[in-house]
Amino acid sequence: MSAVSISRRRLLVTGLTAAGGFAVGLPAGLIAANGESTQKQSGKIGFYVEVRPDNSIVIGSAQPEIGQGVKTSLPMLVAEELEVPWEAVSIEQMPLGIVKTADGYTWKYGGQGAGGSTSVTGAWEFLREVGATAREMLIRAAAQRWSVPRGRCRAKAGYVVCDDSGDRASYADLAADAAQLTPPEEAPPLKPQSEFRLVGTPRNVVDARDIVTGKARYGIDTEVPGMKYAVIQRAPVLDARVASIDDSETRKVPGVLNVFEVEGPGKGAPYHILAAGVAVVAESQWAAFEGRRKLRVEWTQSPWANENTDSFWQQTDELLAGKGQVVRDDGDFDAAIAAAENTVTRRYKVPFVNHAPLEPQNCLAHVQEDKAHIIAPTQMPGGAMRAVAGVTDLEPDQITVEMTRVGGGFGRRLTNDYVAEATIVSKHTGMPVKLQWSREDDVQHDFYRPSGQHELRAGLDAGGRVTAWTHRLASAGKYYRRANVPPEEQFGAEIYVDDFPAGIVENLRYEWLAVNSGVPRGSWRAPAHTANAFAVQSFIDEVAHAAGRDPIELRLELYGENRELKYGQHGGPTFNPWRLSRLLEHIAKEIGYTRERPEGRGVGIASHFTFGGYAAHAIEVEVGDDGTLEILRVVAAVDCGVVVNPRGVEAQLQGGTIDGLSTALNLKITFAEGRVQQSNFHDYPIARMAEIPRNIECHILPYGKTPTGMGEMGIPTAAPALTNAIYNACRIRIRELPIADQLRERLT
Amino acid sequence: MESFTVNGTPAEFEGYSSTPLLWVLRDHLKLKGTKFGCGIGQCGACTVHIDGKAVRSCITPVTAAAGKSVTTIEGLAPSEDRLHPVQMAWLEMDVPQCGYCQAGQIMAAAELLAGNSAPDDDTIDAHMTNICRCGTYVRLRKAIHRASELAAEV
Repeated sequence: MSAVSISRRRLLVTGLTAAGGFAVGLPAGLIAANGESTQKQSGKIGFYVEVRPDNSIVIGSAQPEIGQGVKTSLPMLVAEELEVPWEAVSIEQMPLGIVKTADGYTWKYGGQGAGGSTSVTGAWEFLREVGATAREMLIRAAAQRWSVPRGRCRAKAGYVVCDDSGDRASYADLAADAAQLTPPEEAPPLKPQSEFRLVGTPRNVVDARDIVTGKARYGIDTEVPGMKYAVIQRAPVLDARVASIDDSETRKVPGVLNVFEVEGPGKGAPYHILAAGVAVVAESQWAAFEGRRKLRVEWTQSPWANENTDSFWQQTDELLAGKGQVVRDDGDFDAAIAAAENTVTRRYKVPFVNHAPLEPQNCLAHVQEDKAHIIAPTQMPGGAMRAVAGVTDLEPDQITVEMTRVGGGFGRRLTNDYVAEATIVSKHTGMPVKLQWSREDDVQHDFYRPSGQHELRAGLDAGGRVTAWTHRLASAGKYYRRANVPPEEQFGAEIYVDDFPAGIVENLRYEWLAVNSGVPRGSWRAPAHTANAFAVQSFIDEVAHAAGRDPIELRLELYGENRELKYGQHGGPTFNPWRLSRLLEHIAKEIGYTRERPEGRGVGIASHFTFGGYAAHAIEVEVGDDGTLEILRVVAAVDCGVVVNPRGVEAQLQGGTIDGLSTALNLKITFAEGRVQQSNFHDYPIARMAEIPRNIECHILPYGKTPTGMGEMGIPTAAPALTNAIYNACRIRIRELPIADQLRERLT
Repeated sequence: MESFTVNGTPAEFEGYSSTPLLWVLRDHLKLKGTKFGCGIGQCGACTVHIDGKAVRSCITPVTAAAGKSVTTIEGLAPSEDRLHPVQMAWLEMDVPQCGYCQAGQIMAAAELLAGNSAPDDDTIDAHMTNICRCGTYVRLRKAIHRASELAAEV
């Protein structure tokens, strides 16, 4: 689908709602390739903004809300330019909007999707233009009514006022008149930052009251008339298939309606769903779970029956002993390392981890002859539509997708495999079906964060300056079984070739080695960055120690001047390392970096550029003689450009920090004989409140004129800051995550 | 047949006696506020009160509620306009992110405060074992302290 990229404001239309309100949005009719409307408005507008007769405002939120706060921050952009009090605004979640054009389909509301921390950046201009356009039309309507030049009128808090005459009219009062006007061709000028009244002020989550009273609705809460409940028993071993089904006991469970095989992805084919399995359909959720418990399924021999975590690491050792795919080669690394006064070589291991959103996967699918309706928690509603289209004969405009609140995304819900599953079951049974995953399903079937072993090597000159650098990564990349990524491009999800210290260290080589693994892999919050930041930020500390230099001072030297370096991967087009220096200096001061600490206590720092945002952590720990680790203090800092909602940014910084710490402390997914060894939170122990420091000091350092995202920026530096702190406290270097019992084992 | 009250209203359930209270509340009584996160009592998203005591309803058979008074998140507030101090504090401190765990967190916190009006941080740590995947723990802790203040004001 093409994005609605060219002057979207030209496509903004307005109208009067049935209730007498004024609506502004994108046309619900056909849009031809040349951008003109070829069909009259049906009367229903894909609205963004509606002024109601009581002068309250409804703003539509087109993006999925997964806990990253966009349902609050994006409407703030509209309201800012619209000049309405935030208290008068309510927000409605918009569904997937696609519209047929002369040569395909395109977005009705602009691109929709929550991934890569792009929502705020993507909407920054567009949504302000929507607000400004609506405001402008209301002002023009008033000017016309009062027969005064438009320039004499201004908008203020839901009213248009004419200062000369003292005339004043509410937006609601002007609605009918404004609806008659043609939207301006050009967007009205947007406010300068200095005039923001709403953007930059702390605002609470818009759905908070519904959440704390139990009214908020997630995918799992969906109920439609005639709905049945389904669960799938998926192959427990990678890529196994159903050999035989004994459902005799299952069918005896009262409420069980149907049992049938669900075919998995073809051998080596893209994962339309994650695994082959057997569906159980029942009248209630519990009957479906009970029925599945009684199912006896025999599985075929898996081609990955020998896959286990030990053999995985062994494979990475073997690969690193050989030569890989060189993906960046600057200067002459071989000569530089040969000439180096001192070299440092280290290896780091990062495990598979599970997304574990607290709401397990689910989807309501109602497939009929000529249409399908989906209600689901998803990060990619367009992908959900394509998942349905992929397993039915339906066209995109026959498929409707409603987005619920999402009980956590973290990248899991970028793939709509559970939507495809629900669609398959609904199609098979001819009924509306809510497919539900259990926690065990979710832990044992996932597009896990890629696992890999990193080898870093640096050359230093006599002055302790870095003259050569290589980062070699042997990993199971996330483009595994993706249809449109040829083998030579698969490295692109694992190594971002412009990542630090590329463009800084002259003689530099990045190399990727592909691990052969049957484990499904995908995007886990800050893809590649959590692994690479752990390796690089640990290694740079080790280099500093080897050279007898201070870790912050070495980083500042490498980061250098305030300037933009080219950054061609997601989060570019540029990277300014000085913005990391700025954060490091700030947190070093906050945590008292240079202060002497007693034996057993240490401070560690880390800094990283993730998808356009800059972040750094300073962590102070105490390591006991018996290896107990106590995190005493965490100072987190972020530079996400312009801050739209500081309360939301702080929440993401705290949450990302906690995610990074929890994962580094205790989490891994391991395999034995092709099976995931973990199954629920007792053996995949996401950190509870008691394991997390009581306070996470957050510092937001704004910069420039545009916002970056915030969903992923806070994670990557937490783990290396922690392991760097541990080293400084007790001289034990953790090079494999999770930390788990390593300290206890080493010290006792 | 199991009979009990939920949020002050009589309820009956005639299905499997082994059905966990969670699914009776959600699917039979249509009270969706209580959530399913793990099914083994580990995460606490399913926390409700039975006669004022917090239980994890995903591992509590409906029979355990027989003759008793169940309170879910929907019934925690004294009235439509008056929220429970924990709910008020949650709003003041802007605790939720995705929000999925919060009903369970609130029910656990409400029980804590009912028994201990001003818990210290160690007590909070020991009592609040619910999982929040988004990591709202810092504000959650502050909200419990704030709720304690609000409750004292009433």
